[in-house]
Amino acid sequence: MKPVVLRGLSAALLFCLVAVSTVEVQAADPLTARQRELVRMVRQDCGSCHGMTLQGGLGPALLPAELKDKPVEGLAATIYYGRPGTAMPPWQRFLNEAEAHWIAERLMTEFPQ
Amino acid sequence: MKRLRSLFCAAAAALLLAACAGQPLRGTGDLGLIIERASGHVTLVNTSTRQPYARIAGLGDLSHASAVYSRDGRHAYIFGRDGGLTKIDLLEAKIVKRVIQSGNAIGGSISQDGRIVVAQNYTPGGIKAFDAETLELLSEVPAEYAPGKFSKVVGLADSPGNKFAYALFDGGEIRVTDFSDPRAPKTERYPAGSQPYDGLVTPDGRHFLAGLFGEDGVALLDLWQPEKGARKILENYGRGEQKLPVFKMPHLRGWSVAQGKAYLPAIGRHEVLVVDVATWKEVGRIPVRGQPVFVMARPDGRQIWVNFAFPDYGMVDVVDTLAGKVVKQLEPGKGILHMEFTPRGEHVWLSARDDNKVVIYDTGSFARVGEIPADNPSGIFFTTRAARIGF
Repeated sequence: MKPVVLRGLSAALLFCLVAVSTVEVQAADPLTARQRELVRMVRQDCGSCHGMTLQGGLGPALLPAELKDKPVEGLAATIYYGRPGTAMPPWQRFLNEAEAHWIAERLMTEFPQ
Repeated sequence: MKRLRSLFCAAAAALLLAACAGQPLRGTGDLGLIIERASGHVTLVNTSTRQPYARIAGLGDLSHASAVYSRDGRHAYIFGRDGGLTKIDLLEAKIVKRVIQSGNAIGGSISQDGRIVVAQNYTPGGIKAFDAETLELLSEVPAEYAPGKFSKVVGLADSPGNKFAYALFDGGEIRVTDFSDPRAPKTERYPAGSQPYDGLVTPDGRHFLAGLFGEDGVALLDLWQPEKGARKILENYGRGEQKLPVFKMPHLRGWSVAQGKAYLPAIGRHEVLVVDVATWKEVGRIPVRGQPVFVMARPDGRQIWVNFAFPDYGMVDVVDTLAGKVVKQLEPGKGILHMEFTPRGEHVWLSARDDNKVVIYDTGSFARVGEIPADNPSGIFFTTRAARIGF
C-alpha cells in the first residue's frame, strides 16, 4: 500500500508544481460548469461524512481553520488517492488530479456554496 | 322573532368557533415529514392524500437529519447535523421548541415510555438526555473510551426499560445506558470491534447489532443477557477480498429484519447479506447493483428495498424474500437518499435529492403513483415509527 501512496503523493506534488499558478489565476473567476459540478459533489457527496457545511461528521471538518497548516498537495492526494486504513476513499474515478487540487485549494480558502 | 334571532346568533357563534378552530379534528396515524436538507425546512405530508399540507422553516443544518416521534405521533423531534434539536407539532404545523444541544450531532432516539429524548453526538462525543416535554437537559454521558479521549457516537437505538444501546466509532465499543433514573444514568461497556459505523435494535428489542467498518463482520449484543458480552457474526464475510472504496456509510435500523432473517448491507461490496436471526449464521448473499446504503423491509417482510451509495444512487433494487433475489430494478430519480414505507407498506416514498422531489411507488405493481416537490429532500419519516421499538 505504501509505495502506491508515496507515488500518489509525488505525482500530486509534481502536478502541483506545474499547475499551481494557473489554478490561482482562475480562482477569482466565476466557476465553470465543471467546477460547479465539483462543488456540488463536495457538498453533497463528500458531505455524507464531512457534513454539507463541511463542519465535519464521521470525517473531520474541512474548513479553512482546520486545514490551514496542511500542505495543499497532501490534501489533493488524499482526495485523489484516499487514505488507506481510514474511511476516506479514493475519488480518482470521478475527478482528475487537477480537479482534486482545485478542490483542496478552494477548501483552504473559502469553499463556494 | 326573539327566538329566531337567538337561533341565528347561535348558528353564527358556531360558525365563528369552527373558523377559529381552523382545522377539523384529526389523528396523526397517516402523517409524516420530509427533511429538506439544504434549506433547513421540513415539509409535512399526509400519506392518505399523498400530499404535503404544510412546510416549516428555520431548522438549521439538516444534512443527515433524522426524526423520532412522540408516542401519540403528534410531535416530531428532529436532530440536525449542527446539534439542533427541534420539536415540531404536526397538527399545528409549527416549531414548539428548539435547542442547540451540541456542536455536531448525528441523530437520536426516544425512550420506551416516551418521556426522554436522547441525542447522539459526534462533537463533543457522547449522548445527552432531554425531557421530551420541555427539551430540558436531564443528563449527559460522554463517550470517553480512554482517558481524555472521546468517541463519535453511532447507532443509538432505544430498547425496552428506557435503555439505549449505541456504539463508539473511535472507541470500538457497544454501550448500553439505562435512563430509568434520567438524571442518574448507568452505562455498561462492551468491546465490539474496529470502527462500528451504525447500529440497530431488532424489532423485538432483544439484540443490538453494530456494523463494523474497520473489519468484516457485525458485532452482536444480546440485551437480555448483556453480561455475555458482544460477539462477532458474519466474520470475514469478505474472505480477504479487496473491499471496494466506500463512498457512503450504510445505515442500519430494525427495518432490515423480515421473516426471521436480517438483511444487512455488505460494506464495500455489491451485496446484501442474509442472516438467520435464530442462529445468527449467514444463510445467503444477494447480489445487487451497488453498495447498499438502506436495506429496508416492507412492513409485511415480503420485499426488501435497497438503495445505493454514490455513484449508483439513481437506482433501487427490490428483493423478494420468498424468491431470495432481486425481482425488480428501478431508476426512480437522481440521488435516491432515503425510503419510507406507508404504515402497512402499500406504497413506498423515495427522496430523489437531485430531482428536488419525493416520488411515491406502489409496492405491488411498482407503478409510480405520485410525487411531491421538495428542496433537496433527504430523510422521510412517518408517524408509524412512534410505535416501533428501535426507531
